[in-house]
Amino acid sequence: MAVPKICGIETEFGIVHTGAEEANPITASSLLINSYLSEVERTGEGGPAAGVNWDFEDEMPGNDIRGIAPMGSLAPEIETHLVNAVLTNGARYYVDHAHPELSTPECGNALDVTRYDKAAELILIRSMEAAAEVLPPGQALVVYKNNSDGKGNSYGCHENYLMARATPFARIVAHATAHLVTRQIFTGSGKVGSEAPGLTTAEVPFQITQRADFFEEEVGLETTLKRPIINTRDEPHADARHYRRLHVITGDANMSEVATFLKVGTTALVLAMVEDDFLPRDLRLRAPVQAMRQVSYDLSLAAPLEMDDGASATALEIQWDLLDQARKYADSHGLDAVGGPIGEMVIDRWEQVLAGLESDPVQLAGQLDWVAKYRLIQGLSERYGLRPDDARLAALDLQYHDLRPERSVAARAGLETLVSPHDARSAVSEPPDDTRAYFRGQCLKRWAASIVAANWDSIVFDVGDEPLRRVPMMEPARGTAAHVGRLLADCDTAAELLVRLRESDAR
Amino acid sequence: MAEREQIKRPAPQHEQSEARQAPAASEQGEELKAELDDLLDEIDEVLESNAEDFVKSYIQKGGQ
Repeated sequence: MAVPKICGIETEFGIVHTGAEEANPITASSLLINSYLSEVERTGEGGPAAGVNWDFEDEMPGNDIRGIAPMGSLAPEIETHLVNAVLTNGARYYVDHAHPELSTPECGNALDVTRYDKAAELILIRSMEAAAEVLPPGQALVVYKNNSDGKGNSYGCHENYLMARATPFARIVAHATAHLVTRQIFTGSGKVGSEAPGLTTAEVPFQITQRADFFEEEVGLETTLKRPIINTRDEPHADARHYRRLHVITGDANMSEVATFLKVGTTALVLAMVEDDFLPRDLRLRAPVQAMRQVSYDLSLAAPLEMDDGASATALEIQWDLLDQARKYADSHGLDAVGGPIGEMVIDRWEQVLAGLESDPVQLAGQLDWVAKYRLIQGLSERYGLRPDDARLAALDLQYHDLRPERSVAARAGLETLVSPHDARSAVSEPPDDTRAYFRGQCLKRWAASIVAANWDSIVFDVGDEPLRRVPMMEPARGTAAHVGRLLADCDTAAELLVRLRESDAR
Repeated sequence: MAEREQIKRPAPQHEQSEARQAPAASEQGEELKAELDDLLDEIDEVLESNAEDFVKSYIQKGGQ
């Protein structure tokens, strides 16, 4: 049976420092995050893990699932000197590659990921407001939740899924690739023009995704150059004997909650099926890298993709096929690995969206980002008779992702929500209760002063009278409210917690 | 070269619902159009006034 598909999203945001003579994106990102941390520390809400830094002890982003990384591949650098904080909701908020980045806590299902992704937006909005307080008059930091500047520079929105180490990697590559290429028809956030070499806006006036232009390999370790569809970073942040973490780098950052929900929900389902070796036919594409762009450029959704066995299928047909398998999988295996009833919600929504895409995509303007954006781009073009390369269309594209409530186009586009404002707000400071993020978040809420550092798989305590003590959390599905809620409630201090943990270790 | 075949997609329940929806489509279309017009009015108000400068100056460093 597949291991629980514990999952999360890490988003790199675009950042602009307005009103400044000379702007440096690293300085701007640091200021943005530090302003937020000071603000929550000052007000005592939203969980400052005051002074608690990220612990880099176990970071090994250069490890490759295939063993030795091929010559010439570049191990990701870790910028240990920049701001890197842990929040009480279990998230990580930091500066990465000259962008502010926020990783959601580990979540037990796609709806929770959507909730924490929404909370991330609220945190970034609050950060912009806090930064405005400390900047000179006339200056501001503005954050965009997109993946490209329209000039060939891309930054990512990555997903992570827990998988059993025993699953053969080749099987993951074969099936996950077909899904990652074809799911673009509902995960895309839409983009005006193309950033692929040699293509102009006249040739590609609008495409389904932000990211498809940037993929050059089928499988690889890179994330910033020669990006691969399947990333081989082998850094499980968990017990490596039992788990791997599939690091998915192909997705777009979504403004639409439905798109985020489906992006994570369908992928978790496909990976559960891969793990249980449930998918009968090989969905291997003949040329996956070309297919990424082919799907993204085909607004008619009708272009056939060549399969390795000589057959051909459209992205929609491959998605119908995967959905059909998912239904059978639900009947035979159940959906416990993907959140039970939330998994059922994913399947229902998946069908509804595929049916909509097939009959009349514009009906999904309230659900999918690319459809919502395309409708506005077309509407504005018609209203003013604009050419495809008119700057107003590119501006509308960028502003769709502007997180300032007073400027955001997405916020005005009538997108359906899945998360109530109350649930999103509480996720800013409260961790999920069904993963180890619960333990991390609760410890930070209660005993930040006794915590030196924390990361995904451990917390380092300093309770004064003994050496620093690292508490490992190598099982992502343990440390939940059900496991440790009682224990935490019984302890008044971190020292007491350490004593209790030592007692239980001894038993 | 191997003969191409199409992947058969599963029994499409949606084709019936498509047929049912058809008569209402034009009415719905009118409604959608009016809605879009209102939306574009609203968006016109928040769009950056100098689109060209805004787009030109939006430059990011490449990330992951």
